[in-house]
Amino acid sequence: MDAVLEMKNITKEFPGVLANDNVNLDLRKGEIHALVGENGAGKSTLMSVLFGIYQPTKGKILYKGEELRIGGPNDAIDLGIGMVHQHFMLVHTLTVAENIVLGSEPSNGRGRLTLSKAIDKIKSLSDEYGLDVDPNAKVKDIPVGMQQRVEILKALYRDAEILILDEPTAVLTPQEVKGLYKIMNTLTEQGKSIIFITHKLKEVLTVSDRITVLRKGKSIGTVNTAETSETELAEMMVGRKVILKVEKKPAKFGATKVEVKNLKASNARGMLALDNVSFEIREGEILGVAGVEGNGQTELVEVLTGLRAANSGVFKLEGQNLLNETARKIKEAKIAHVPEDRHKHGLVLDYSIEDNLILGYHYKQPFAKGLNLDFNSMAEHADRLIPEYDIRPRNKEILARSLSGGNQQKIIIAREFDMGPEFLIASQPTRGVDIGAIEFIHKRIIEQRDQGKAVLLVSAELSEIMSLSDRIAVMYEGRIVDILDAKEATEEKLGLLMAGSTIRSSEG
Amino acid sequence: MAGDMNSKELLKEISIPLLAILSSFIIGTLIVIASGYDPIATYGALLQGAFGGLNSIADTLLAATPLIFTGLTVAFAYRCGLFNIGGEGQLLVGGLTAAWIGTFKGVPMIIHLPLTLLAAMVAGALWVAIPAILKAKLGVHEVITTIMFNYISYSLVAYFSLKVLAKPGSIQTPDIEPSAYLWRFSNVLDMYSYLNIGFLIGLIVLFVIYYLLWKTTIGYEIRAVGISPDAAEYGGISAARNIILAMLISGALAGLGGAERAMGLFHNYRNGFSAEYGFTGIAVALLGRNHPLGIFLAALLFGALSNGQDYMNMLAGVPVDLVTILQAVIILFVAADLLFRRVLALKPEGRKGE
Repeated sequence: MDAVLEMKNITKEFPGVLANDNVNLDLRKGEIHALVGENGAGKSTLMSVLFGIYQPTKGKILYKGEELRIGGPNDAIDLGIGMVHQHFMLVHTLTVAENIVLGSEPSNGRGRLTLSKAIDKIKSLSDEYGLDVDPNAKVKDIPVGMQQRVEILKALYRDAEILILDEPTAVLTPQEVKGLYKIMNTLTEQGKSIIFITHKLKEVLTVSDRITVLRKGKSIGTVNTAETSETELAEMMVGRKVILKVEKKPAKFGATKVEVKNLKASNARGMLALDNVSFEIREGEILGVAGVEGNGQTELVEVLTGLRAANSGVFKLEGQNLLNETARKIKEAKIAHVPEDRHKHGLVLDYSIEDNLILGYHYKQPFAKGLNLDFNSMAEHADRLIPEYDIRPRNKEILARSLSGGNQQKIIIAREFDMGPEFLIASQPTRGVDIGAIEFIHKRIIEQRDQGKAVLLVSAELSEIMSLSDRIAVMYEGRIVDILDAKEATEEKLGLLMAGSTIRSSEG
Repeated sequence: MAGDMNSKELLKEISIPLLAILSSFIIGTLIVIASGYDPIATYGALLQGAFGGLNSIADTLLAATPLIFTGLTVAFAYRCGLFNIGGEGQLLVGGLTAAWIGTFKGVPMIIHLPLTLLAAMVAGALWVAIPAILKAKLGVHEVITTIMFNYISYSLVAYFSLKVLAKPGSIQTPDIEPSAYLWRFSNVLDMYSYLNIGFLIGLIVLFVIYYLLWKTTIGYEIRAVGISPDAAEYGGISAARNIILAMLISGALAGLGGAERAMGLFHNYRNGFSAEYGFTGIAVALLGRNHPLGIFLAALLFGALSNGQDYMNMLAGVPVDLVTILQAVIILFVAADLLFRRVLALKPEGRKGE
């Protein structure tokens, strides 16, 4: 077996945290090796050690059988290790070629940039691996999927033998994901090796050759993809049996609760972001909103929660007109909001868990007596919700900033669900959240539905939309292209709609 | 409870200001030696000037009093994410207003005294109202506008004090009525210092601001806007409203600082009314970590330095500029606290796990 890379007994200790504990990973030439684990399992730390960002406390790295020390990212790149980050590191106003050469710009020796050779090399690499990238296009003008291929090209341009792909599918449509798989296969056929970091088990099973599972900083094991299953992997990741399928009783719909008609709104740049959006949600119904990010979902949620003014339209909850009301008024109408960006909107990161659990409800009973905060009822509230929603650590005085993503999300879920909403708006409720917490959050959302509440679920995860929703609306360029019954919806159908084509020819 | 820190956090919070002060004295010592003076005599004289006897201590507190107010001015706005560097102008406008209202005749003290204080606060608040509204409604940066308003205030205050209120030929406004005097401790203690109950008002205001920021819904909202305007808006908290509110309170605090000078120290408004208290307040807030307790300690330190410097000059012959250097080095080190954090690895958090 020709292992191109071996990481042996890697231990990385931060003050108070053992991020990697005797982790082993061996990468064979020409394989796709998936690295899976929950948030905080130590995947990123391990990759940072490999990329030279961290020095391991213990353990060794063997590259082609030779032990060596990787002092920094430049060492890693020189060795032929390339990293494609989850958040692309691209300069939007520069061209593809300019981005690719960035850091090692070719010049004529007198300080003048000479791109022509680089462009030729990029073209031939692009052809060789089927990347289909135009070196002269400006990055801001190309779609997200192509931007990702630019990142891959950046690594290949530097003669990478090993590619680390960090959560590469998070930003792609299902069709783009398939395209990426194809590219990954081409790369490995040509002898490159890929480390594929993800927490989506279906993807792992589809595309990888072998899988290494990390849990709480330890490597739990490496398995051959052909010999494992989703259930087994989930159990390895979480350390207990996990119910992957969402258990859901048949829906009992009631009267129409939420009415949205002909909603129009502009985005931050003043462009039309919502174009005649209309839908209704009944009591006991979850309406899922699918779509590639940036097609108006964010603006839709902002309008419905009072964070963005609509130009025109109707928004009613149980007959009460709420369009363009303040966020406070909308909260008082019992609309709960789990925001898309929990760091920006959902939490005051430098407030304690206790303080965050009253955000939006801080000004009234029971948390305020006149102008004074009522610290007793705040403490009671926190002491009740923290165990009920399993927020860890169980210390209400800790700053929200220091919690893991999943636990931060649980603060928001606890706060918003506990208010007893009539209409729940959940945007990307499980983004960046680990499997155990996903299971928990899904259960809670279903619970709301079964209690006869209306739920609007916006998610970039198709599987989440499909397993939770009763009906699915697909957004494209600010419009709802179609609303399907969840039973009829397939990934293919949704994928096509997300890309803008209509199944039925009716539009608008 | 919100706002209260555990001992570890507290240690972390105060270690940097303490180190900054220590470093500045070390550098100050080197400068004193390099200039051929005796450092022990220098600091001895400084200490004696600041704390050597009842009168010196009272004068140190007197020098610290306006800094308590201007330090709070900066800190309060900062807690809402704003940088009010117009404290100087707000203090001057407040001081002039107090010096004017204080001259009203025939008003009983029980009305005159609070009225004059209140008028100074309103004047300080009004002086920052335009920058506050511009910031809240149009996003105009408050650093630019508040500093511009300082320049406006210099001329405006000079005009009103010299051309309108002062007798022709005088460089100060007429004295205020005794009914608007802030009571001086020298009335009962055997000393010359003009230390007055303005200092005690400062202590009360420190506590009130602490309470307001950490124990009330108003403070909850102001701090939320300061930390994360987006999260605040999400929580139904109007950022614009809180920005205006925080700025007005901030300006009122500066105005109150001006009132203490007019009603307790000078009994009028005069040329050279403020020894740049508004600007020193920025340093005080910075050194005091924008916390009322820290501001109190920082104001004491700066008060002691400015009070001790003349004595140091007289006894040790060291130019008073040494104190300016000390203050500057303290600020430099506080502002560059990252340096200390690095050196001490106080914040080795890095990225945890994932």
